[in-house]
Amino acid sequence: MIRISDLSYHHGRTQVLDQVSLTIPKGGITALVGANGAGKSTLLSLIARLTPLQTGSIHVGDLDVSRCPSDMLARNLSILPQNTEVAPRLTVRELVSFGRYPYHKGQPTSEDHTKIDAALQDFDLTPLADRVLDTLSGGQKQRAYVAMTYAQDTDYILLDEPLNNLDIAASRSLMQTLRHLSQEKGRTIVVVMHDLNYACAYADHLVALSNGKIRAEGHPSQVVTNGFLSSVFSTDAHVHHVDQVPVILV
Amino acid sequence: MTRKATGVFGLVALLLLMGVSLFVGVMNVSPKDLWHDPEAMRLMGISRLPRTLAAVIAGASLAVTGTIMQMLVRNRFVEPSTAGTGQGAAAGILIATLFFPAVPLFAKMSLAAICALISSFGFLAIVRRLPPTQPLLVPLVGMIYGGILGAGVVFVAYQADLLQYIDIWMNGEFSGVLKGRYELIWVAAAVAALSYLVADQFAIVGMGRVASISLGLNYRQVITIGLVAISIVTALTVVTVGMIPFVGLVVPNITSRLLGDNLRRTLPITALLGAVLVLASDILGRVLRYPFEIPVGTVFGVIGAVVFLWLLYARPGHAR
Repeated sequence: MIRISDLSYHHGRTQVLDQVSLTIPKGGITALVGANGAGKSTLLSLIARLTPLQTGSIHVGDLDVSRCPSDMLARNLSILPQNTEVAPRLTVRELVSFGRYPYHKGQPTSEDHTKIDAALQDFDLTPLADRVLDTLSGGQKQRAYVAMTYAQDTDYILLDEPLNNLDIAASRSLMQTLRHLSQEKGRTIVVVMHDLNYACAYADHLVALSNGKIRAEGHPSQVVTNGFLSSVFSTDAHVHHVDQVPVILV
Repeated sequence: MTRKATGVFGLVALLLLMGVSLFVGVMNVSPKDLWHDPEAMRLMGISRLPRTLAAVIAGASLAVTGTIMQMLVRNRFVEPSTAGTGQGAAAGILIATLFFPAVPLFAKMSLAAICALISSFGFLAIVRRLPPTQPLLVPLVGMIYGGILGAGVVFVAYQADLLQYIDIWMNGEFSGVLKGRYELIWVAAAVAALSYLVADQFAIVGMGRVASISLGLNYRQVITIGLVAISIVTALTVVTVGMIPFVGLVVPNITSRLLGDNLRRTLPITALLGAVLVLASDILGRVLRYPFEIPVGTVFGVIGAVVFLWLLYARPGHAR
C-alpha cells in the first residue's frame, strides 16, 4: 500500500495540497478524481518523486520515497509519462526495452528480452513491435507506453490521465488491460482521471480531491452521489445507476 | 537500409576516402612514390596522415556530440557550434590568449572547455524557460544566443588586435594540421567513444524528465555528463582545427531519419557518417580550386545547408 501522511505542498503562494493523509490500498485500481487544479497530478508526481517533497511523508510499501535510491524506487514504482508532444523516433520494441533499464542498465540479459517479449505479447503489440511510434494511432501509442511501464515490472504503477486523446474503444481496452494487471498480476494501479464514468466502471477505490484536500474516499458506488458531484465538482449533474454502477448522464 | 548495411557501406566509404585523402593535396604523391622516395614518406607522416585522422576524428566526435545535445535539449535542430558552446570555447581561448599568453596549449584548452561548459549550461537554462509547445523557438534562441556570444568574442578580439586568431578558431580547416600540433583531438575521440557507454541514458533523457526519473535515472547527472562531454569535444575541436558548423546538426538528423533514436544501436553509425562527410568535404575543398584550398567549414556549410533543406522539406518517411 501507499501511505501518505501530513502531506502539504506549496507552489509559490498557492497551497496545492493541504495536510493530505491517505492510504491507497494494495492491489486493485485506485482512481484519483477532482476538478481541474485540485492537486491530483501534484499528488501523483510527489508519490513518484518527480517533484521533491516539502512537508509530510510518503511510503510506497516499505520504501520511504524521500530517502530510497532512485534505481530502487524505479524497480518498485513506475509512472506513465503523460503523452508527450515530442516522441523520440523509436520502434515499439525499443520503447518497451527501455522499461527494463532499471534492471539491465544498458546491457539487456536474456531475462530482460523474455520480459520484453512478454510485455509485447500481453498488450497485443507483437505485430507492431518493429513499427516506429510516430506511425501508430494514439491508442496504439498509449498502449506501447503502458507496455513499457509494465515491462518495468513494478508492484506499483501510476498513470497520469492515460485516457487523454483516446477514443472510446481505446479507452475501454486500456482500462480492461489495467484491470487485468491488477486482478491477475496483483499490481497496485493509481490513475488520475477526468472521466468519472470510467472511474466508476473500472476503479476499486476512488479518492476525490478538491482545493488540495481529500473530500471523499471509498468504493465508487458509495462515494459517487448527487451531493458528491455538487460538493467536489460544483455541478448539478445527476447520478443514475446501471447494475449498481453509478453513471453520470452529461 | 538496415543498420548493418549502412554500417558496412559507411565503413567501406570511409576507408576509400582515407586512402584518397592520403594522396590528394598540393604536393603530388602517388602510392608507388612511397617505396623509393623518403620525402614522400615524410610528407605522409607529418601532414597527410595527421590531416586525414584529424578530419575523421573531428567529424565523428562532432556528430556524436550533436546527437547528445539534441537529446539533452529534446530538439532536433540544435548543435553545439550554433548554440553557444563553440562561441564559449572561443571566448575561453581568447581569455587565455589575452591574460595568460604564456600558459601551455593544454591549459588554454582547459579554459576553453570550462567556458564552453558555462555557456552550454546558460543555453540549457534559457531553453528550460521556453514554452514546450514551440519547438522551433529552441534553435532560433540558440542561434541568437550563440550569435551574441560570438559577437562579443569578435568585438574583444578586434579591440585586442587578435582578429586573425578568431578566424582560425571559428572557421575550421585541416590544412594547418601537422604532426605534433593536432594530437589533442585524440582526447575528443576518447570522450566521444566513452559517451557511447552511457548511450542508453542519453536516449532516455531524450524521452523527457518524467520518463528518465521513472526509469530510475539521475536526470541532472546525465545532463551534466552530457554537457561536459559536449564542451570538451567542442573546445578541443576549436583549439585544434576550428569550428565546423552543421556537422552536429545534419549528421544526427540523417541517422535518426534512417535508423531511429535508439542510440545504443545508432551512435556508431552517426560517428561513421560524420567522419565520412567531413573527410569528403575536406577532400573536395582540396581539389575544387587546386592548388588553393577551400576551408572544410565552408564546404560542409554548403553541403550541410542543402542536406538540411532536404531534411526540412522532404516528405518525411516515418518522421514526425
